[in-house]
Amino acid sequence: MSFVRRLTAGAPRRALWMLAALLALLLVAPPLLSKYWLSVLILVLYFAFVGQAWNIMMGFAGQLSLGHALYAGLGGYIAAGLFFHYGVGPWAGLFAGVAAAVLAGSIVGYLGFRFSLAGVYFALLTIAFSEFTRVAFDHWDWAGGSGGLFLKVERDLSDPLNLRGGPLLFYYVILALAAGTFILCRALLESRLGRYWLAIREDAEAAQAVGVPVLRCKMYAVMISAALTALAGVWNAFYYNNLFPEAAFAMGRSIEVTLAPIIGGLGTLFGPIIGAVVLTGLGEIFTDLGELVHIAGIKQIFYGVALLAIVMYRPAGVWPWLARKLGVTEKRS
Amino acid sequence: MSGARLEVAGLGKSFRGLRAVHDVAFSVPAGAIHALIGPNGAGKTTIFNMIAGVYRPDAGSVTLDGKTISGLRPDRVCDAGVGRTFQIVKPFKELSVLENVTIGALHRDASLERARVHAADILARLGLGDRLHQPAESLTLPDRKRLEVARALATGPRLLLLDEVMAGLRPTEVDRMVAFLRDLNRETGLTILLIEHVMRAVMALAAHVTVVSYGEKIAEGTPGEIARNKAVLDVYLGEQEVA
Repeated sequence: MSFVRRLTAGAPRRALWMLAALLALLLVAPPLLSKYWLSVLILVLYFAFVGQAWNIMMGFAGQLSLGHALYAGLGGYIAAGLFFHYGVGPWAGLFAGVAAAVLAGSIVGYLGFRFSLAGVYFALLTIAFSEFTRVAFDHWDWAGGSGGLFLKVERDLSDPLNLRGGPLLFYYVILALAAGTFILCRALLESRLGRYWLAIREDAEAAQAVGVPVLRCKMYAVMISAALTALAGVWNAFYYNNLFPEAAFAMGRSIEVTLAPIIGGLGTLFGPIIGAVVLTGLGEIFTDLGELVHIAGIKQIFYGVALLAIVMYRPAGVWPWLARKLGVTEKRS
Repeated sequence: MSGARLEVAGLGKSFRGLRAVHDVAFSVPAGAIHALIGPNGAGKTTIFNMIAGVYRPDAGSVTLDGKTISGLRPDRVCDAGVGRTFQIVKPFKELSVLENVTIGALHRDASLERARVHAADILARLGLGDRLHQPAESLTLPDRKRLEVARALATGPRLLLLDEVMAGLRPTEVDRMVAFLRDLNRETGLTILLIEHVMRAVMALAAHVTVVSYGEKIAEGTPGEIARNKAVLDVYLGEQEVA
């Protein structure tokens, strides 16, 4: 219980109740939802989850990664490949996927942090690794090369042990991942490591002067972030049943991971969640609008303008502003 | 917690051929307060940075209680018992005053709760007790200087390096800081090395003073001796009033 108390210490009671209500709702609502709304909710949870994972690096430790597709791609490809070729289920395969992503993250992180690449230079390094991994997978036959890797679509089968089944199965898995990561992030923030990350984000030199082992802490950040992102990749691969290097390691994939935390509020725990709701919501609204008015590209234009407006008028993100309105301010830790 | 003895021997550092510090040596007995003074650009902060592990000396060594600390990384130097402030203050801007100091306190105690209590304690003693939950960036410069000292102290050092913590303070604030440091030194026996231009503070605090100019030591002695030293008056003190 002391663990629970530590996690909830300092959180407004009101926020805890809202959180509990939200979780209860997310647990019971899905069977009542239409297929469409379920798929929307799945998207929200997915982006909340990967956003949270990315936020560990950028929001907490202040390290800009624009190559998170690398970790998601590795996780997905390896777990899917093991299942496709050897029938190894994803619950086992994910360990290999996560291990590969952590290794990749360690290499990118070590090269960047050891040689003090900061800001955009570090971001370029992350892009480079993601890009050349894409090229490598284009030519790797085991992974299907540029032709892609396909899993058999088995929506009617219910085989949770192999992560085969309908949307409801995937919904509960992604809900567990998102909720678990939320709790993990809270626990990390309320630990020495978490505080050290914040110190590094604010001023690495001052952090080191008060005894923070900067390189090691940054390495932990990239490894944890990569591991969680790889899990998202595994889930993604089994949900969509297909993998192409051009999509899995795409620059756009890396960017979309960053949007929810940026829109929601960098460095906050609820930012990625709120951001995912806003982004997915806007996406759906503008898709409908696009179908209504029949103008090509209208969705993308509105979507872009909406993001622009949010970033201009709520530069700290939607969540800090919303939290004030709700009276549950979470300070940007 | 008690103070450590600092020995600086034959310290030298050049930057791209420019000799910043050459053959500087001094020692500070455990529990003493020692000042490092000299004109701007004399190399005082470079000496500090070599002690604190930011720069690796080209020559010479720094030892703390006989253990070599020169060449270690800054966080390792902190582990060895050295706390430092920065001349140009470096608060963790977006974090609260309390969190700033808590991060320092986490160095000696991994429990966030206990670190917070310890940090609040130090902040109260430095007169920042009523600003705990303000973001550090909202502090005035004198308060930021105090925050620097609090954060360094929270790591539980045996040697405290203070880089111009009096600069920019009003005379009454200087007196408060002096009183605080003197009490701290008396109560805990903490060794203090300070770089300072405010002679009023140097005179009031330091048992010994080392004077550097153009990277070399030109004099050493008690504050009284230094104030009468011809060489020191010529290169440095002549410019200012000795309070």
